[in-house]
Amino acid sequence: MSGGVVAGVVQPMLAVNPVGWARSQMAFTLAFHIILVPLGVSWAFMALIANYRGIRHNDADALRLAQRWSKYMAVTFAVGAVTGTVLTFEFGLLWPRFMGRWGEAFGVPFAFEGIFFFTEAIFIAIYIFGWRRLKPWAHFWTGVPLVVTGILGSVSVVAANAWMNSPQGVTLNSAGEVVDVDPWSVIFNDAMPLMAAHMVVAAYVVGGFLVASVYAFAMLRGRRDRYHRVAFLIAFSVGAVAIPIQMLVGDSLARWVYNNQPVKFAAIELVPETDSDVPETLFGTLDSDGTVSGGIPIPGLASILSDPGTGTSTVIQGLDTVPADERPTTDEVNVVHLCWDIMIGFGTLLLLLSGWYGVCWLFRRDMPKSRWFLRIASVAGVAAVLAMEAGWVVSEVGRQPWIVYNLMKVEDAATGNTGVWITFIVVAALYIGLGITTVLILRNMSRRFRDRSVADHEVPYGPSGPAPEAPRREEVTAP
Amino acid sequence: MSTAVAVLLFVAITAYAIFGGADFGAGFWDLVAGGAERGERPREVIDHSIGPVWEANHVWLIFVFVVLWTGFPEAYASITLTLFVPLTLAALGIVLRGSSFAFRKTVFRTRDRRNFGAAFALSSVLVPYCMGAIAGAIASGRVPAGGKAGDPWTSWVNPTSVLGGVLAVVAVAYLAAVYLVWDARRLADDEMVEYFRRRAVGAAIVAGAVAVVGIFVLRADARYIFDELTTKALPLVLVSAVCGTASLILLARNADRGARLLAIGAVASVVVGWGVAQWPYMLPKSLKVSQAAAPTGTLSTLLVAAVLAALIVLPGFILLYVLDQKSLLPAEGAD
Repeated sequence: MSGGVVAGVVQPMLAVNPVGWARSQMAFTLAFHIILVPLGVSWAFMALIANYRGIRHNDADALRLAQRWSKYMAVTFAVGAVTGTVLTFEFGLLWPRFMGRWGEAFGVPFAFEGIFFFTEAIFIAIYIFGWRRLKPWAHFWTGVPLVVTGILGSVSVVAANAWMNSPQGVTLNSAGEVVDVDPWSVIFNDAMPLMAAHMVVAAYVVGGFLVASVYAFAMLRGRRDRYHRVAFLIAFSVGAVAIPIQMLVGDSLARWVYNNQPVKFAAIELVPETDSDVPETLFGTLDSDGTVSGGIPIPGLASILSDPGTGTSTVIQGLDTVPADERPTTDEVNVVHLCWDIMIGFGTLLLLLSGWYGVCWLFRRDMPKSRWFLRIASVAGVAAVLAMEAGWVVSEVGRQPWIVYNLMKVEDAATGNTGVWITFIVVAALYIGLGITTVLILRNMSRRFRDRSVADHEVPYGPSGPAPEAPRREEVTAP
Repeated sequence: MSTAVAVLLFVAITAYAIFGGADFGAGFWDLVAGGAERGERPREVIDHSIGPVWEANHVWLIFVFVVLWTGFPEAYASITLTLFVPLTLAALGIVLRGSSFAFRKTVFRTRDRRNFGAAFALSSVLVPYCMGAIAGAIASGRVPAGGKAGDPWTSWVNPTSVLGGVLAVVAVAYLAAVYLVWDARRLADDEMVEYFRRRAVGAAIVAGAVAVVGIFVLRADARYIFDELTTKALPLVLVSAVCGTASLILLARNADRGARLLAIGAVASVVVGWGVAQWPYMLPKSLKVSQAAAPTGTLSTLLVAAVLAALIVLPGFILLYVLDQKSLLPAEGAD
């Protein structure tokens, strides 16, 4: 009771309905973590390209690049690992009723994700720390599992999210409790293949453009040596190859949503009432009286894209076909629609930029010479991140008010703990500090890499390896 | 089948305690290593020792969570509902510990290293304390089942939880010191061997003392667990005592060849003993393992995943440790 006395006095003052705060905290921590995911998934692939080139063609620049990238990865992977861990806590802390009721199904993909994440954590350590003393090709191969586990790990996580959109493989009794689980149908639910593909390709789009944008910026500032060029070419090429694939995958996924989550689709396309010949509205908002105002309508396009086979006569189900408490609120609809426009808009710009790059490469075997190309490329990373974040908002907010589509509402899943607003503030402050520090650390590292005069042996208190120093990798690989 | 999954859960908890725990314990020694100059060499050994392995060790915790929420969703929901505060603190501590450890390696200015080092070391103590307090809360029956939250404060601020927290911190510090003796020896740093050996002896004595005090705490505060620990789980308690004493003798005689295994045995048997003492309850005495268990399809999937993990993860995990022990993964600075 002793703690209870204090709590009894303090808690009523601080008691705030937790649902909104729980949603905010989950959204905030996920939005942060999702930026690190692409780096974890695709950076290893890019580093291995450089690593391969370095060994195979005896390219010292490429080898140095791979080595440095692996050191940046060590930082981003650590931050990604701990922020991912927070999510495993939050599933229960914020959504105990969701986990208590659906954990036996929702958790199934995570059982496999655990395996992939474990393998990834093991091999990233070997790869990062193995530069000096493993043989070149052996070391290269220790990096390959990172690419595989990165993809399979994110597929597993997305499978769990896809299950929330398409809850299959569970048998319920009359009270709505799960009495049996078919793990195969849970993992390979109908939403999973396209959602997982969309996320994995997004990881390559974002990873590629984000890394490339750093080197584009450096080149604009005059660092046009071969090292920067190789770095830019590898990263930008990965993004440029991924973005057209992403548009195709995204198009298929949108059609899947049209067929299987019509209410989410109505929010995406801003369709208040069921209709055919629906225009594709750029921007614009849904008003509380159920009409669409503002924006630029492109006649018939939403219908055509939904099913090109039937063209403008394709009927799109409207928001009003379900009761108001079973569809996103007006504000949520507007968020979904705006984010949809952002995602498509930035995606299209990235596609055009990649087209420019591709054409130049086709005809001149070189990247575009224009400074404007570098200027745009240096903000492409931010654009890619925004597109990914927006796409994730479309998926999550578009599912509202459901946490498990048509089976459980978010408000019924949340914790009853009224102090969540406090943890939200603490977590937000910590994460903002963490984000800023991570960027400063990465910048700091890159500065030091440039200023090679500071070697780690000369600094005080540095973890200079007391183990006997093997020759540097660059020297080892020279024939 | 729920029994098999419960065993799996405790295997993961034990692995987290002896692998991940030791990394937190190393953070404890980092915390008490003194100023930048005096603490330089011990910190070097610590960096070297946990640098390549802490992330892999950390994943055991993810395994624990996944097995818990997938295999025993109701237990997970009850635990998170009641123990919101210590779990949140642990999560924040984990973020601070991991990120500041990774950051510290990349900075060179003494001031930066000190700041990140302090965040790393303090959170390395906070996290095991919270974990131990959570274990104490569960063991003493303060986490009710069935979707209603227990007391948000007294559930984890109580004699058994304090005991659990202190014991966790002391136990991981003891484990870490024993490992660090080994690592210092591998680095042929005799002075550091002696440094950590003395601390291992001290930690072993403190851990033993806390355990003895703990017997009385449990008798007064958590009768159910006390009764089971002194009957059903008694062999494990004795194994722990014997292992602990034997490792202490070996350490004191500076013949620590077997000390590592004995230290692992001492800590592991406490964790397993906790599990055995709780049996058949997931949450004493309101939720049995069999009641909390997920449907068969889920449980068999978890067992399949465990077999896959053994086939895929274990070889990698062993490879990592072998490479590390052979000094093929030298600790590196920022360049």
